[in-house]
Amino acid sequence: IEDIITKMQDDKTGGVPIRTVKSFLSKIPSVVTGTDIVQWLMKNLSIEDPVEAIHLGSLIAAQGYIFPISDHVLTMKDDGTFYRFQAPYFWPSNCWEPENTDYAIYLCKRTMQNKARLELADYEAENLARLQRAFARKWEFIFMQAEAQVKIDRKKDKTERKILDSQERAFWDVHRPVPGCVNTTEMDIRKCRRLKNPQKVKKSVYGVTEESQAQSPVHVLSQPIRKTTKEDIRKQITFLNAQIDRHCLKMSKVAESLIAYTEQYVEYDPLITPAEPSNPWISDDVALWDIEMSKEPSQQRVKRWGFSFDEILKDQVGRDQFLRFLESEFSSENLRFWLAVQDLKKQPLQDVAKRVEEIWQEFLAPGAPSAINLDSHSYEITSQNVKDGGRYTFEDAQEHIYKLMKSDSYARFLRSNAYQDLLLAKKKVWLL
Amino acid sequence: MCDQTFLVNVFGSCDKCFKQRALRPVFKKSQQLSYCSTCTEIMATEGLHENETLASLKSEAESLKGKLEEERAKLHDVELHQVAERVEALGQFVMKTRRTLKGHGNKVLCMDWCKDKRRIVSSSQEHAVTMPCTWVMACAYAPSGCAIACGGLDNKCSVYPLTFDKNENMAAKKKSVAMHTNYLSACSFTNSDMQILTASGDGTCALWDVESGQLLQSFHGHGADVLCLDLAPSETGNTFVSGGCDKKAMVWDMRSGQCVQAFETHESDINSVRYYPSGDAFASGSDDATCRLYDLRADREVAIYSKESIIFGASSVDFSLSGRLLFAGYNDYTINVWDVLKGSRVSILFGHENRVSTLRVSPDGTAFCSGSWDHTLRVRGMVFRFPVCERREDG
Repeated sequence: IEDIITKMQDDKTGGVPIRTVKSFLSKIPSVVTGTDIVQWLMKNLSIEDPVEAIHLGSLIAAQGYIFPISDHVLTMKDDGTFYRFQAPYFWPSNCWEPENTDYAIYLCKRTMQNKARLELADYEAENLARLQRAFARKWEFIFMQAEAQVKIDRKKDKTERKILDSQERAFWDVHRPVPGCVNTTEMDIRKCRRLKNPQKVKKSVYGVTEESQAQSPVHVLSQPIRKTTKEDIRKQITFLNAQIDRHCLKMSKVAESLIAYTEQYVEYDPLITPAEPSNPWISDDVALWDIEMSKEPSQQRVKRWGFSFDEILKDQVGRDQFLRFLESEFSSENLRFWLAVQDLKKQPLQDVAKRVEEIWQEFLAPGAPSAINLDSHSYEITSQNVKDGGRYTFEDAQEHIYKLMKSDSYARFLRSNAYQDLLLAKKKVWLL
Repeated sequence: MCDQTFLVNVFGSCDKCFKQRALRPVFKKSQQLSYCSTCTEIMATEGLHENETLASLKSEAESLKGKLEEERAKLHDVELHQVAERVEALGQFVMKTRRTLKGHGNKVLCMDWCKDKRRIVSSSQEHAVTMPCTWVMACAYAPSGCAIACGGLDNKCSVYPLTFDKNENMAAKKKSVAMHTNYLSACSFTNSDMQILTASGDGTCALWDVESGQLLQSFHGHGADVLCLDLAPSETGNTFVSGGCDKKAMVWDMRSGQCVQAFETHESDINSVRYYPSGDAFASGSDDATCRLYDLRADREVAIYSKESIIFGASSVDFSLSGRLLFAGYNDYTINVWDVLKGSRVSILFGHENRVSTLRVSPDGTAFCSGSWDHTLRVRGMVFRFPVCERREDG
């Protein structure tokens, strides 16, 4: 994707104006101003806010595709500062992982060039000193390579050299960033092994091949790519056939449903509708959380129980209220069974068998104290399952009871005085 | 006069079933045998099965995919954002960072909220206790708030009981629960402290019993590393969704281990998946710089959240409580806030100085936290919203 961006910039038709600027001493070849780049980005990528364009420009710079000609720090500013495009040779997509020997050669080369403005920056001087110590034995070799590079450079055209020098410097700014700057060459560990260059063969920037180039220990993260087998494809075919048979909803219905959900819940969304009394994170006042912890549910909370059966089951206080209501109707065993099965699924494996037995005895066995009403088919299935005693023993029964509660008891609860009082009680307070 | 070909019938004992029948010559691996007609039939159909090459199976799969696409397209009568035109626009948001948690020595790779809405665990540090590792890629809070699970390059998921006694060495009480053959990319407790769901670079997901460390169910089907997972929010549901480097998002039945739905429209790795609060849909964030919304009932991608100016991958996504907002953290150090229904970007948040690697909305939706490679975590909330003004006829 980066490549697309940079290519668009290089294109003379509709691209950024790249030109040679006359400065008081000499000409500065092949530059663009920051403003021009920002403008181009805004126009061609439909960006409305210049801040965004500057941010994007800075990132492209930080990655190493554009660089300011007179600064080591790779950012973009919306002004007359000059920038240059990086040569494709140096692009990050070439998977450079330059060795320190290359860096040493580069720094060494820089010291050989007798131009004041090419002096090493403090951090570069420090790096050079460190490398000299580290490569003490190889230094003669490095020195020779640097000399060779200088000779090659001298033969080049002056303007060309200016450009190449700056590009080379920008390359190292990416791979050996100024202390304090983000190192954009860092990669997500999880994705490393799928790089184009998985064997991590070290390429030398200066074409140096060393006798003693140690093979870096390739971290064994790479796995052999699993080939798709016939079995895989057969499974896929079965899956696809099942999908074709699936009954799906029309987009219009789905859209309506998604919209309806958000509309119903938007007043409960503290990131859209300011929370009452206040959002603790904003006001530093935890009143909101205290209210929620109390046993007295707010009117808004009570209203939510009416949205769906799941809502009341999710809320501890709601469950308690519903249970009390069921007790008054002598059908609380349904909810208690449902809760017991939920609890069963949360048990550690070793406790499961025991709990299954307990639930069976309490709710389903002949003469059970809290007998629930299951149809004979469900009962059959469940008694079969009990023999195996797994976590999903009561799934079928639980589903039945859930549906029963939802269509029957829950609907009555919402119409009940108990619920209506709660719903209106707070309103009364507010009206006062 | 017609030409007739004569079939020479040889009678004898069939080489396969040994019955006395009329025989035909049959070639099996260049050896000539004599089979009766029944055995020839049987061999022909078996051979057909064996001769089903990979290529023919693949083409069958391809044609089925085409048919599936056709069927789904028939139901695609309208776009979400078109229907959403009648919904009031959200206006401008002012989201401010209310807490910046520094003090990590390292990149923040993952984080999770505690159900008490106030505490956070993040890779390297739980805000009270320091944990041992820098290679942690996944972490999760137990529903009770009494333990934490984490793992990463060690290929394991370990559970640490939390203690606020600073003298206790947390590492000593650690329990290894899950074992994969490659790095652990994501983990989550189910409704209880007793079960953990994990996703791994080895291409599988797995459900484990915490007490015993036993594998309860494994989920095979991804063709590459699985990078993320999310459990369905239902009280009764037993499903979860996972996303991987094979560009697929897959929905699984936890009981049977089977994949029940799959979606393959992203153009690169899926880094993050998160269910819509109703559980009927889920969003995904990918290296292809887009986030997408998939609806389970329509079995289809229903929205795509992208902009020309967003060219870096999305690493982490989460919904606000009502599902109206989608927060997405990107590798370009920003967070984009999307209007889920209309498909437009509501806000762009700066502040981090390196990639945003993880992002979660708090359990009660009052705030969201983002973690970054810049070693910080930022908790942000909505301070103010400028609703869109309605034009009135009377001026």
